[in-house]
Amino acid sequence: MQLTDRMLTLDPFGTLQLQTGANEAPVDVVPVRAFPLGCPRQFIALVDQQGHERFWIDDLDTLPPETAAQIEANLAQRELIPRILRIRNVSSYATPSRWSLETDHGSAELLLKTEDDIRYLPSGALLITDKFGLPFLIPQQSELDHHSQRLLARFL
Amino acid sequence: MTDAHDLPLLAPTLASLPLDLSPDLHFLSRELILSPQAFTLHTADQEPEASWPIEGADLKLQLGDHAGVGSLKLIDAHQVRAHWRFTMSKMPAAQNMVAQFNALQRARSEAQPDTQEQAKMPAEWPEESSESLSPPSTWTLFRLWRFAKPYRAQLLLGFGLTVAATAATLVPPYLTMPLMDDVLIPYQNGVPIQATTVMKYLAGLFGAAFIAWSLGWARTYILARVSERIGADIRTATYNHLLNLSLDYFGSKRTGDLMARIGSETDRINVFLSLHLLDFATDVLMITMTVIILFSINPWLALVTLFPLPLIAWMIHLVRDRLRTGFERVDRVWSQVTNILSDTIPGIRVVKAFSQEAREGERFYQANRQNLRINDRVNRIWSLFAPSVTALTELGLLIVWAFGIWQVSQGAITVGVLTAFLAYIGRFYARMDSMSRIVSVTQKTAAGAKRIFDILDHTASVPEPLHPQPLAGRPAAISLDQVGFRHGNRGILHDIHLDIQPGSMVGLVGHSGSGKTTLVNLIARFYDVSAGQIRLDGTDIRQFSVTEYRRQIGLVLQEPFLFFGTVADNIAYGNPDASRSDIIQAARAAHAHEFILKLPQGYDSLVGERGQALSGGERQRISIARALLINPKILILDEATASVDTETEREIQQALDNLVKGRTTIAIAHRLSTLRQADMLVVLDQGRIVETGRHDELLAKHGHYFRLYQAQLKLNAEPLPLDTATEGTPHATD
Ligand SMILES: Nc1ncnc2c1ncn2[C@@H]1O[C@H](COP(=O)(O)OP(=O)(O)O)[C@@H](O)[C@H]1O
Ligand SMILES: [Mg+2]
Repeated sequence: MQLTDRMLTLDPFGTLQLQTGANEAPVDVVPVRAFPLGCPRQFIALVDQQGHERFWIDDLDTLPPETAAQIEANLAQRELIPRILRIRNVSSYATPSRWSLETDHGSAELLLKTEDDIRYLPSGALLITDKFGLPFLIPQQSELDHHSQRLLARFL
Repeated sequence: MTDAHDLPLLAPTLASLPLDLSPDLHFLSRELILSPQAFTLHTADQEPEASWPIEGADLKLQLGDHAGVGSLKLIDAHQVRAHWRFTMSKMPAAQNMVAQFNALQRARSEAQPDTQEQAKMPAEWPEESSESLSPPSTWTLFRLWRFAKPYRAQLLLGFGLTVAATAATLVPPYLTMPLMDDVLIPYQNGVPIQATTVMKYLAGLFGAAFIAWSLGWARTYILARVSERIGADIRTATYNHLLNLSLDYFGSKRTGDLMARIGSETDRINVFLSLHLLDFATDVLMITMTVIILFSINPWLALVTLFPLPLIAWMIHLVRDRLRTGFERVDRVWSQVTNILSDTIPGIRVVKAFSQEAREGERFYQANRQNLRINDRVNRIWSLFAPSVTALTELGLLIVWAFGIWQVSQGAITVGVLTAFLAYIGRFYARMDSMSRIVSVTQKTAAGAKRIFDILDHTASVPEPLHPQPLAGRPAAISLDQVGFRHGNRGILHDIHLDIQPGSMVGLVGHSGSGKTTLVNLIARFYDVSAGQIRLDGTDIRQFSVTEYRRQIGLVLQEPFLFFGTVADNIAYGNPDASRSDIIQAARAAHAHEFILKLPQGYDSLVGERGQALSGGERQRISIARALLINPKILILDEATASVDTETEREIQQALDNLVKGRTTIAIAHRLSTLRQADMLVVLDQGRIVETGRHDELLAKHGHYFRLYQAQLKLNAEPLPLDTATEGTPHATD
């Protein structure tokens, strides 16, 4: 079945609603990526309030552009994985350590609980989860400036 | 706050929420303030940026979160009025704001605006263990003093011996001076050798060597003994501390890493104390004494001799930092290597079943290569360092030779003095060389000590109360009040309200993942609630001593764990003092007695890893006997019969019936039929209680429980064909 923008509507509360058949009631859904890190534009599920999968999208790019845009807008509203552009300084080289960062979402602070919260992704990127569960991404270590790289190296 | 006089009608603040995300999810600090009349949004300089009046009873706050981002919506019947976002660190404040807002709305609808009900604050007690952010450094080593203190008398003795032994080793070079000037040089000039003088000096040389040897032996023995004990103390202290940390900690650490810390790091500290630190102390003493002697013989020559010293000190300083970070990385990589081992060895059946030996081998190889790479990097710095120090000392010798020969030719010093100097600084620089090594071992040990103290400094997230309440003589009524729990950024349980009568049996049912295990983990206090309270007979369980409280609880899990030891040991695990007849009685009640008798050595058979292989049902019955033996007031059964066949299940069920009698029981069961006799069934769905009641009441309701029950009936009636598992979801591309 092809997903069209007629099947996917936005209610006044800003929730996406999916209507799969003409006589079926619309259900509130949220898009969820199956591989948010490895393959974000493919494998997306529309999941209802109970967590049941209502629709499956193999690839965002095969959808009509408006529909894809609607889904992306919804995802962008909920998802936050700031990219670290620069590590300004760190409070200590031993954990717990408070990092002050520049990210593509503005300047932020990260509280690193242990070095184990730094995860190596197969792509060579690093995913750093702060104490409160917010993930920060470093797509490529070598693209950071020298100062940031030196600070980072102390934790790897 | 700004000056209150300038603001005519400053509304009281009911709750405030520091927002740190903008609507487009950029980091931006603002503050949302709830007052009786409105929500106002303030920027950093307290300017109100926007406000939303609170009017109408249909106004609601909707709190949610996803992947580390919290969201708070103000909605009315028709639309979203406002949508605020924040990171999860602000979640407690947000929950508080929702609670305050709900209280406000309730007070309004009850039309009694002045008796504003105090909304329940989210549980604030006991405070989350505030983690200090002060970093450990090389100074970490000084914290080892805590472990050295009990041995200070022996340490002092060892130090005294070190001083004496060092002084003794400095005598022989001193004697070369008179030997040269009074015996050998006069002889060259035609004066015969006097046997008595020579004997005197030779005896002095021998005596000094002998004293140095015996003192050295005594101090090495004493200090090695002491440091071995300190190492053992550190190991036990760390292990004991580790055992008392909450499940949380173990969930976030890998076994291999913890094993490496407790095993090899303590050993490294031990070697450092007994060998390197001792050598270093000797070296420092030796150098100080040598310097004093050299200056007393000839200040000028001494100055020249000491010339390379600052250079060496500077070099040491230069590489220190690099080496330390390098060694820390070496340690971390090393625990990665052990992590792989502790990952694969317990899972070896899976590895073999899927024939992935080669892949695991490759994984280990990669970790090892990483290990090599990092070691290579450290060694590059290190290898340059040591020869450089040696070269500098050679240079020092050269300078002394040159300056000494010139001085002798000038008649300023005798040949004997020069010989003595050369003998001294030969030792001196040899020590210098070994001293420079202390840098690397100190850094290594500091890194190791830091990793040990990482464990020791970790306060249990299930804290012991300062003044524990007595537990004895309670009938064990459990009540959960607005309990909420979250793991990192995921909310797992919400708003759980539950009253369990003493001696009654409660069944928890719900889909897998609905939070049943989490709920019993909270009741067993493996974790502490994030919101609300759990009370035992009216007292918050956080006010009891953790161990005493857990002793009231018998736990039977889906995957029974048996330790390596005899069957009897395993049954008596919770109560090692139990008599043999107690053990047998418990085994009988657990329907384990008969199969135990079939084992080759009966109750003395070894089980657990490397022991007798037991089936799942047999192991389960041993673990039931284990729970029975401690005679707990509260019994928790988490899918105790889930992994066995129906025949075994019936046996286990009979065993359980014995166990349940007269205790407050919380049972989780996958097969609903096993819970039919429960006094109350609680249906959980997505972390919330959706239904409670007895079996027939719930069936009559035709709700969640009914559907679960129907599904199981159907499942039993006709075995599910495999392919129906993939039905359902429409598909985007065909
Ligand atoms: N240590 C943990 N970290 C993060 N999430 C967890 C953890 N333990 C359990 N969960 C999650 O909590 C939810 C409830 O789990 P659980 O209580 O084990 O469910 P049940 O026992 O009902 O099957 C699940 O979604 C599970 O993924
Ligand atoms: Mg479970």
